[in-house]
Amino acid sequence: MTEQITHHLPDELMMSYAAGTLPEAFSLVVATHISLCDECRARLVEFEAVGGAVLETADEVELSEGALEATMKLISSRAKDPIKAIRTSSGVFPKPLQDYVGGDLASVKWRRIGGGVKQAIVPTSKAANARLLFIPAGAEMPDHGHAGTEMTLVLQGAYLDDDDRFGRGDIEVANEDMEHTPVADIGEDCICLIATDGPLRFNSLIPRMAQKLLRI
Amino acid sequence: MSVSASEEKSALKANMSYGAVSQLTTQIDTPDRKASNVNVQDRPSVAPWVAEIEAVKTHQDKVAFAALFQHFAPRVKAFLMKSGADAALAEETTQEVMATLWTKAHMFDPSRASVATWIFTIARNRSIDALRKQRRPEPEDLPWGPEAEPDQEDALALQQESTKLAQALSELPEKQRVLVERAYFGDLSHSEIAAETGLPLGTIKSRIRLALDRLRHALG
Repeated sequence: MTEQITHHLPDELMMSYAAGTLPEAFSLVVATHISLCDECRARLVEFEAVGGAVLETADEVELSEGALEATMKLISSRAKDPIKAIRTSSGVFPKPLQDYVGGDLASVKWRRIGGGVKQAIVPTSKAANARLLFIPAGAEMPDHGHAGTEMTLVLQGAYLDDDDRFGRGDIEVANEDMEHTPVADIGEDCICLIATDGPLRFNSLIPRMAQKLLRI
Repeated sequence: MSVSASEEKSALKANMSYGAVSQLTTQIDTPDRKASNVNVQDRPSVAPWVAEIEAVKTHQDKVAFAALFQHFAPRVKAFLMKSGADAALAEETTQEVMATLWTKAHMFDPSRASVATWIFTIARNRSIDALRKQRRPEPEDLPWGPEAEPDQEDALALQQESTKLAQALSELPEKQRVLVERAYFGDLSHSEIAAETGLPLGTIKSRIRLALDRLRHALG
């Protein structure tokens, strides 16, 4: 599926995903973006090829005596892996996200966090967290800074952040020195998948209290 | 590793059928190195290890598998140990990875990855599962799925690029090469590498960027 994507994954995240070192929540955003973006899909192939080249040129650690025989024994107890059915989706959520939500948009259990904004935690390993955010068309996202890295992927509608517009498939990566107040574009309610590895810092009291209660 | 008489026989059979089994390897053989009578493993190839995977896939060739094992298992074990596994877990996981090579051989597509890259992704996924106890979200498939018969020219081009890439990686300035290796082998984010090496994060990032530029340049 090809969208009009103008904001792509930065090299560092791409490389870490190819290397397998990203926290699960970030990997989920990367996999979901790549499902929508043919350009980054092609870049992933390159970054994985670097991994192959590193494996080819890297050090070696000798295996124990009889390791090959042990492996042959392992093989003899196994059948060929079945070829998996093609995983695609025609919904709002690409397949990797559907796997985590347990379905498409209709399966999300939203919680209101004020101002018409809703969110739903997407369970992943603890090193980082992922959530879906629903911002009504034309509404502001709560003003916030970040303690760590935040990745935002648009799944429906669009939002404006300073002079930039982020639509379906676009990805924005924010770091600690960035404070921003994204506003949902007027055309449609905006739904984003967001991963962070540090808590957000809201600049006003009410969201700060809500943050504690709602784990955002 | 001892090779029994029956294995020797199957090696002979394998060598004789390599050309027929893998059109790819035949096609890219240089004229002075015809497929017959030459052990595929002993010579440099533009498509390293593709013939061995084909032999495992088409006739469960144990000798071809042993050659793959001998080359890749120690590299996979090193990768797993650098990713934080102790020797026992790395040994066990390496055997799992190599067994997966056998059970997934029919899914290997030489137009999409070199054998080293394919094995790297298997080892990576296994390491996320066994060492980090996490799931790995994978992108969805392209709607038309993998080609039933990979295009020979695509496969040839991809395999040649992979060889060039490995060459370019080994020719990187030491400081850059070490960082690329750390980024892939070592389970560290770029900031963690910065903390560990005492280098500023900006230096790490710019070295890795320079390295990537060079690698991309090598791919033309």
